[in-house]
Amino acid sequence: MLIPQTKNIGLPLMNLMRFKGLPILQQLHIEEQLLRTSSENWCIVNDGTNDPTIVMGVSGKPAELLEIESVLDDQVPVIRRFTGGGTVIVDHGTVFVTFICNKEAVPNLQPYPRPIMSWSSSLYSKVFQGIGDFHLRENDYVFGNHKFGGNAQSITKNRWIHHTSFLWDFNVQNMSYLKHPKRAPAYR
Amino acid sequence: MDGLKYAESHEWVKHEGPVATIGITDHAQDHLGEVVFVELPEPGGSVSKGKGFGAVESVKATSDINSPISGEIVEVNSKLTETPGLINSSPYEGGWMIKVKPGSPSELESLMGPKEYTKFCEEEDASH
Repeated sequence: MLIPQTKNIGLPLMNLMRFKGLPILQQLHIEEQLLRTSSENWCIVNDGTNDPTIVMGVSGKPAELLEIESVLDDQVPVIRRFTGGGTVIVDHGTVFVTFICNKEAVPNLQPYPRPIMSWSSSLYSKVFQGIGDFHLRENDYVFGNHKFGGNAQSITKNRWIHHTSFLWDFNVQNMSYLKHPKRAPAYR
Repeated sequence: MDGLKYAESHEWVKHEGPVATIGITDHAQDHLGEVVFVELPEPGGSVSKGKGFGAVESVKATSDINSPISGEIVEVNSKLTETPGLINSSPYEGGWMIKVKPGSPSELESLMGPKEYTKFCEEEDASH
């Protein structure tokens, strides 16, 4: 139901879904379904996922990005998501935040990667105000020089999704399943 | 570019004889950024006007590519697998994506011509 006063609010009106510990595969299924079949705007927050899981971007090559032997030996699940971007390993210490919007939802926003990321980073600037030196650096969310989450997007004809996995906490050992990508921003 | 027709979703079509070649415009590649990956269908499949047939990846985003016309895919640009950057460097030549046998040639008439498309892009950029 659209309340008439909402016409005057600058930010998009969104349906909010909150989960705790939803398996990341299930979250990605829900996201893709909402992106492609819903006509409403959504914000999804998932506080942690269950078991450590590797999530790769649409074009990621496992041989280049994963320590395959360790991944197989330890039976770490590997998922390929429908958005771009790099590889992350997520677990109960990861906080996921997703925005799924119609292309007219944010006034004056062109549905291309950099404008969308500019909008999302200005939103997160308010979230993290006073907490750390937050900014968008070479398409990464950072505090100072430290990247603290992975983000990615998908843009369809009339809608877009921007989702982030924030490393609220992480197991350093889990990072050893991942290789450094061939191309990475110099600041890292 | 003269001789091409354009969709509002920033794809171009070049109709030559029985075949129409499709790609994305210079405006699109400029706004998308460096293309690092292209997902294309197989020859023999079909495309529908206004519907997605593939995607490109740039700046951590996958962006759907929509077909300006309907028809049967007769050829796919396999060079884009190894060199996706052709879409940036040569969007109207080396960066072509698919060739299609048009199912309904009248669909081309509803697309924009070069001048109309240029004006469309200017208005779109100005309004954002």
